[in-house]
Amino acid sequence: MDPARFTQVDQTTWRIEPTGAMRVPGVIYADEDLIRDMDDKVYEQTANVATLPGIVKAVYVMPDAHWGYGFPIGGVAAFDADEGGVISAGGVGFDVSCGVRTMLTALKVSDITPVQKQLADSLYQQVPAGLGSKGAITLDSFEMDAMLQGGARWAIQRGWGKARDLERIEEGGQMVGAQPSCVSDRAKERQRREMGTLGSGNHYLEVQAVSEIFDEDAAATFGLKQDEVVVTIHCGSRGLGHQIGTEFLRDMLPAAAAAGIALPDRELACAPIKSEVGQRYLGAMRAATNCALANREIIGHYARRVFAHFFPNTDLDLLFDVSHNTCKVESHRADGGSRQLFVHRKGATRAFGPNHPDLPEALRKIGQPVLIGGSMGTGSYVLAGAPSSDEKSFASACHGAGRAMSRHAALRKWSGRQIVDDLAASGIMIRSPSMRGIAEEAPGAYKDVGAVVLAAEQSGLARRVARLRPLICIKG
Amino acid sequence: MSSNGVVERISPTRWEHFPHDADVGVRGRGATLAEAFEQAAVALTAIVTDAKIAEKNSAEVSCEAPDVELLLVDWLNAIIYEMAVRNMIFGRFKVTLSDTSLQGAMWGETVDQAKHSPACEPKGATYTALRVAQEADGTWSAACVVDV
Repeated sequence: MDPARFTQVDQTTWRIEPTGAMRVPGVIYADEDLIRDMDDKVYEQTANVATLPGIVKAVYVMPDAHWGYGFPIGGVAAFDADEGGVISAGGVGFDVSCGVRTMLTALKVSDITPVQKQLADSLYQQVPAGLGSKGAITLDSFEMDAMLQGGARWAIQRGWGKARDLERIEEGGQMVGAQPSCVSDRAKERQRREMGTLGSGNHYLEVQAVSEIFDEDAAATFGLKQDEVVVTIHCGSRGLGHQIGTEFLRDMLPAAAAAGIALPDRELACAPIKSEVGQRYLGAMRAATNCALANREIIGHYARRVFAHFFPNTDLDLLFDVSHNTCKVESHRADGGSRQLFVHRKGATRAFGPNHPDLPEALRKIGQPVLIGGSMGTGSYVLAGAPSSDEKSFASACHGAGRAMSRHAALRKWSGRQIVDDLAASGIMIRSPSMRGIAEEAPGAYKDVGAVVLAAEQSGLARRVARLRPLICIKG
Repeated sequence: MSSNGVVERISPTRWEHFPHDADVGVRGRGATLAEAFEQAAVALTAIVTDAKIAEKNSAEVSCEAPDVELLLVDWLNAIIYEMAVRNMIFGRFKVTLSDTSLQGAMWGETVDQAKHSPACEPKGATYTALRVAQEADGTWSAACVVDV
């Protein structure tokens, strides 16, 4: 995008002034290079979201933003139900509650190196990845509903996880207000055999080394030590979430028309929060959130099982589990008072600052861990929510590197085999069912994750705590 | 054009992918709208794999939508659903259209990771870059972005 299209507020804050039907401004947090590299569609989609009824303060856009569906990926928008505010399936995304969890192993890189290949093979065998992979769990209709109500808590009750994990998962591992009855039979059918599967695309399980510490105090509180090893899992609500997204996007078109909402783009389909479709979507979307929380808990359990085989005296502690495709009811300061808002984060991570009451006691003085997935070659970051995040972005930060190049272009540029060999030469082992999938996810197809997190820090959204370097990547 | 320079009479039926930042667009073309829908479905499969797909089993779907563009999205989503619940991949499609309802049949086989090396799994067809139209040359085009 041309930076001249914006009002530049400071080095990393760019405003789209409200024009036409826009009810609020758009605010993009990024440095000038990131702005230049963003697709013009990000500008257009930000301006479109700003036209929706009941929107509060501004549409915020994270530094890793790119062209999405209706909402830009990296978009944050909050709505007030009492002012005709809406809920949008596109504002949450197809993969409801897709997110990242990081688990601490307390092992050193030197412990992993001698068994790196065997560990990679075992994880690849244990964690079903990619289309056509089969999960070990089949849910009947009773268990399906229990899972949709219970989230990670359900998984733990069934023996796939540890009770102490719950306080380290957003919503305590269980999203309240889930309504399994709002989830269609087709969505449930799509999920019956998919629990504990990673999925594909940009989803992964990685074994990573802490390669750099930026904030000693925060790193110590998070349990991150230089050259120690962590396990990070990126996945979501699988077929169930995808089906819910598909169905409600379709149901919200007539709902928006019935409510007299003029949509600048069909993908922005939405329904008033206080409407039948709006309430039904909330019930289904919260159930899908529980599906994602349960799924990551189960995969975390599989990782624990594999690590226990190689390192019998090691247990994995959950650092944190975040979701970056969500709509949550949260209390935020806006227009002089505290208001209950429906905060959509599409490809954006919640980033509560220090002393937020919803954070577990052990993390409260530092702020919420914000887990940023990078590409498989360049590494990932752990950030901590900044004190100013509430004021700046309804307490939100970036979620990943963000793509710089389409799959199409990546496929033309790279060979999967070459990437696997090059990464192996630098000590990173990749396991995947598809060489083409690896080429599409080539590290070079992503933005510079370092520039993205630096912009998040400079913008006052979240500060850098540690950088993680991949050792093993299981790619769906 | 053949090697001797003679323009051959070729079928307008074909498909292509077009770029989207994070995902991929599918476009089917055909002499008829039904053919364009069939080719869009072939393009959907090509997101997943380049491998040849055996015709061992079939599935049938029917869709109904307020307009032909939403019908395309519904059709592609119906295929995605059949792929997911049957753990199958389809290589050939047959579409019969009447106004804004569709009867579709598809032929394929169970996904085999070793044989198909699936690159990714389609999550859903979207309304982004959604366009179904008759082109100036009379052929039909049916396109949208698929979230993967």
